[in-house]
Amino acid sequence: MNKLSMTVNGKPVTGEVEGRKLLVEFLREDLGLTGTHVGCDTSQCGACVVHVNGKAVKSCTMFALEAENADVATIEGQAAEDGTLNTIQQAFQDHHGLQCGYCTPGMVMSAAALLRDNPRPDADEIREYLAGNLCRCTGYHNIIRAILAASGQEVAPLAAE
Amino acid sequence: MYDFEFDRPRTIAEAVDALRQEDAQALGGGQTLIPTMKQRLAMPSRLVSVREIAEMRFVRPADGMICIGGATAHATVAAEVAAVFPALAALAGQIGDPAVRNRGTIGGSLANNDPSACYPAAVLASDAIIATDRREIAADDYFQGMFTTALDEGELITEIRFPVPERANYQKFEQPASRFALVGVFVAQRAGGVRVAVTGASDDGVYRWVEAEEALTQRFHGDAIKGITVPEDGMISDLHGSAAYRAHLVAVLTAQAVAAAG
Ligand SMILES: Cc1cc2nc3c(=O)[nH]c(=O)nc-3n(C[C@H](O)[C@H](O)[C@H](O)COP(=O)(O)OP(=O)(O)OC[C@H]3O[C@@H](n4cnc5c(N)ncnc54)[C@H](O)[C@@H]3O)c2cc1C
Ligand code: FES
Ligand code: FES
Repeated sequence: MNKLSMTVNGKPVTGEVEGRKLLVEFLREDLGLTGTHVGCDTSQCGACVVHVNGKAVKSCTMFALEAENADVATIEGQAAEDGTLNTIQQAFQDHHGLQCGYCTPGMVMSAAALLRDNPRPDADEIREYLAGNLCRCTGYHNIIRAILAASGQEVAPLAAE
Repeated sequence: MYDFEFDRPRTIAEAVDALRQEDAQALGGGQTLIPTMKQRLAMPSRLVSVREIAEMRFVRPADGMICIGGATAHATVAAEVAAVFPALAALAGQIGDPAVRNRGTIGGSLANNDPSACYPAAVLASDAIIATDRREIAADDYFQGMFTTALDEGELITEIRFPVPERANYQKFEQPASRFALVGVFVAQRAGGVRVAVTGASDDGVYRWVEAEEALTQRFHGDAIKGITVPEDGMISDLHGSAAYRAHLVAVLTAQAVAAAG
């Protein structure tokens, strides 16, 4: 076992982990932060996206020990303490950017990383950035609309093109 | 996956020492190795993480060259070589998706030598040098077939040195499910001539399309390769594309790369 400490959503945390413990397993099993999802075994779905030192990464494809002393942000840290959704989360709700919600934590964390780098992306840039986030329900149109809206841009009222 | 000992060396010398231990393996960005370990297709008893070794993370232009540390992330290459070697930056910026690019490293990609990976095409077409903890390997000697390279056991890629071509372009026909190249072609023109490297197509992994190189060295125009047929023998054939389809793409993408290299 290895001792481990990091900051998660602004709070210092510590743990004791085997080498093979994935960051997503540390978040979910050791810290009880089950908002970060696991949708595949092949690093392809993006349900597990979190930020490590400000960068979007797949927490299923990184060992917990690789995040030693890092600053980690997960979906649980996105809403305010009182549960008020942040702009991106609210836009997903307003524009029906989710159905079952399984992909949503990863989508929101990827969108947050995108908007930090590129505050007013166009629809193509959003699609391109979300290449590694799969959604089995929505057909993506409403996710794109939600992110356009979250970045303060007008969105067409119709979902389908 | 099976458990393992985890080493986090701070220097190349420490990493090389750690890799001498039995059954030890380097961990770069983990974007290939971790999924492979989940499937138990790899089960090292010791992982030596090289991603945080500062002396392996850099992008340094030097006298017609661009030198990139072996543990440099794809996203860093995409951002930092854009001005000097735009074709390489564009290639790095098209690997997988943003999260993969934030973790995956150039050294990991080259050590892995996936037959559909992007970097091998750039390295081979640019005639780059792969520097390790013990020697320098020319691109032509480095790639030795699918998932096979000149690296010895425990040998670490510390740096890749690219001579910057006068004109270059990479065309990737993406396999949409994996986001790797179904076929990818990197064309590079230098004073000495043109080199064309093809990934994703051959059963032998990345290779140089010599007939096209000769024709394009004579005349750098897409028309120069018209009439050169690409044999489908030895091409990969799978549910994503037949051997004939891949052979066809090689010629199409080469012409597109030449046109885009301008
Ligand atoms: C969803 C997805 C999409 C992808 N799409 C693409 C794509 O479009 N194009 C593409 O080219 N790749 C793609 N990849 C692969 C990606 O580029 C990986 O980052 C790369 O193949 C491996 O690099 P790594 O640093 O993650 O290495 P790791 O996974 O850590 O290691 C891979 C191998 O290299 C060895 N190794 C690592 N670093 C070194 C070193 N410095 N010296 C010697 N050996 C070393 C390891 O021991 C291991 O055998 C994709 C991956 C995923 C998950
Ligand atoms: S769980 Fe699918 S990419 Fe991480
Ligand atoms: S809302 Fe169900 S997977 Fe995206």
